[in-house]
Amino acid sequence: MADKIIYATFDDDHVLLESAKKLTSKGVHIRDVFSPFPIHGIDPVIGVKQTRLAICGFIYGLTGLTLAVFGMYYFMIVDWPMNIGGKPNDFLYQNIPAFIPISFEFTVLMAAHGMALTFFLRNWTLPGIKARNPYPYTTDDKFVMEIHPSDNHISTDELMEDLKSTGSIAIEER
Amino acid sequence: MEFVFSKKAKITFSILMIIGLIAMIYGYSTDHSHHHNRFWSNLLINGFFFFAISLGGLFFLTLQYATEASYMVVLKRIIEAITQYIYVGAAVLIIVFLAGSMHIHHLYHWMDNAVYHEYVMESTIGSDHPEYVDEMVEGAVVNEHYDAIIDGKSAYLNQPFFWIRTLIYLGVWCFFAYFFRKRSLMEDELGGTKIHFKNMGYAAIFLVFFAVTSSTSAWDWIMSIDTHWFSTLFGWYVFSGMWVSFMIFLVLFTIWLRGRGYLPFVNDSHIHDIGKWMFAISFLWTYLWFSQFMLIWYSDIPEEVTYYIQRIQEFKLLFFGIFFTNFAFPMVILMSRDAKRAIGYLIFVGVLIFIGHWLDVYMMITPGSVGHADFGFMEVGMFLGFLGLFLFTVFNSLSKAPILVKNHPFLEESKHLHI
Repeated sequence: MADKIIYATFDDDHVLLESAKKLTSKGVHIRDVFSPFPIHGIDPVIGVKQTRLAICGFIYGLTGLTLAVFGMYYFMIVDWPMNIGGKPNDFLYQNIPAFIPISFEFTVLMAAHGMALTFFLRNWTLPGIKARNPYPYTTDDKFVMEIHPSDNHISTDELMEDLKSTGSIAIEER
Repeated sequence: MEFVFSKKAKITFSILMIIGLIAMIYGYSTDHSHHHNRFWSNLLINGFFFFAISLGGLFFLTLQYATEASYMVVLKRIIEAITQYIYVGAAVLIIVFLAGSMHIHHLYHWMDNAVYHEYVMESTIGSDHPEYVDEMVEGAVVNEHYDAIIDGKSAYLNQPFFWIRTLIYLGVWCFFAYFFRKRSLMEDELGGTKIHFKNMGYAAIFLVFFAVTSSTSAWDWIMSIDTHWFSTLFGWYVFSGMWVSFMIFLVLFTIWLRGRGYLPFVNDSHIHDIGKWMFAISFLWTYLWFSQFMLIWYSDIPEEVTYYIQRIQEFKLLFFGIFFTNFAFPMVILMSRDAKRAIGYLIFVGVLIFIGHWLDVYMMITPGSVGHADFGFMEVGMFLGFLGLFLFTVFNSLSKAPILVKNHPFLEESKHLHI
């Protein structure tokens, strides 16, 4: 038997959350949930690990800070010292207040762009890439739960029965 | 549940107040600075710092009303208790200003009549009340105390107008603190949504008034110590300081009460939320502190930069030290989500930057009034004394009403806060 996938559609996020809780308490593994917006509290229920995006963001920010400080040190102190307002410019620390806004902005720029790009790459949602959601309506007002019977020891029929009893409005196997 | 102001706490705070009283007497008698300025500036620092915490609380409370926020409802009584110190704080400030008006101290240089008049009658020089005149008349000579810059500000910085403004600020703020407390207790009795919806409008009126007066009061009471100097964002800088001091106190106080078992309805999400405020407003403070410093440092105009030259020459360690502690500690330690839910981290950072923000007020006032860093028993003792007075008042008003509000429309929502 070829691997079939069960897609259960819900029209309310609370119903889906309750259904997911009921199923996982029986030991069912839910592969994924498609939703137009983040469902509050779904992550621990379906076993999604906490995101590491924040750590990436911190590293990108640190990179930006280092680059900015090093860049300004090279441009303004080493390579071409400029006399601005008569400020001494022999050492970095003498001009550091003037560099702080730029360091801050560059840190934010690097962190924000790095995080956005990482997010898109990780989700594989770049321009021209085909969308992976099974039903277009999951970007509108419906919620879909994806379950692989091969992950579970419960029979497909029983799964379908459970889904229907917990409020799914349409179940498709394909 | 009722909060009980235990005997042990009463004794502790009384001891703190006695230490403060001893420090005041000892400080006044050993203070040989000009006009006992060091003593009076300590009174102003502590008077203002703790007054500002309760004023920040009043601002935060009205912000919750005006935005109809639900998440802080379970902490409302605590915030209200903090605002009830405002009457005591206002009284201390009035004592300081009255003493200034009566020339008992010399924190406010501009209160001296001598700086406003170009000429003085020669025969009265050296007497207690020299006769100053504005025009060259028979028997008058040039007044060497005349200060053209301060004279140019006399339309704003004169004693009658100063007192009118001060009494309006204090009167209206105290009135709103009393008013919102009364309505909150009324809501417990009556229920319904009428009080809640009306509070929104009253809070908006307060916020508009506060937006203007928080700035002007900072100019009048603190910026005018360095009379020649001015900074247009000084008011926001002082305001951010009072806001963050209040947030820190709220975090520490809530954690303490929860540890005692008084707040079973406060969960980790509430702690996380106020921890976020502490983190965010620390950044607001840093942003304003640095903006003010950097622009003046960069342009290097003599009339502006004197303010910082004195602070950097006489208070180098404190001046840069508080910037780093008040900025670096919250940033590094409180950045992650888990740290804002960890009690130990919050207490550690909270205590450090609480002291840091007291030192920030110290740095606003002392350089202009005393001129150099004298730090001893008087400073520490008076801080402890005022801390005792503040805590005594706050605990006392917290024990006067149930610690959880009844009948607030958002109470259930607030209890189930989950982030």
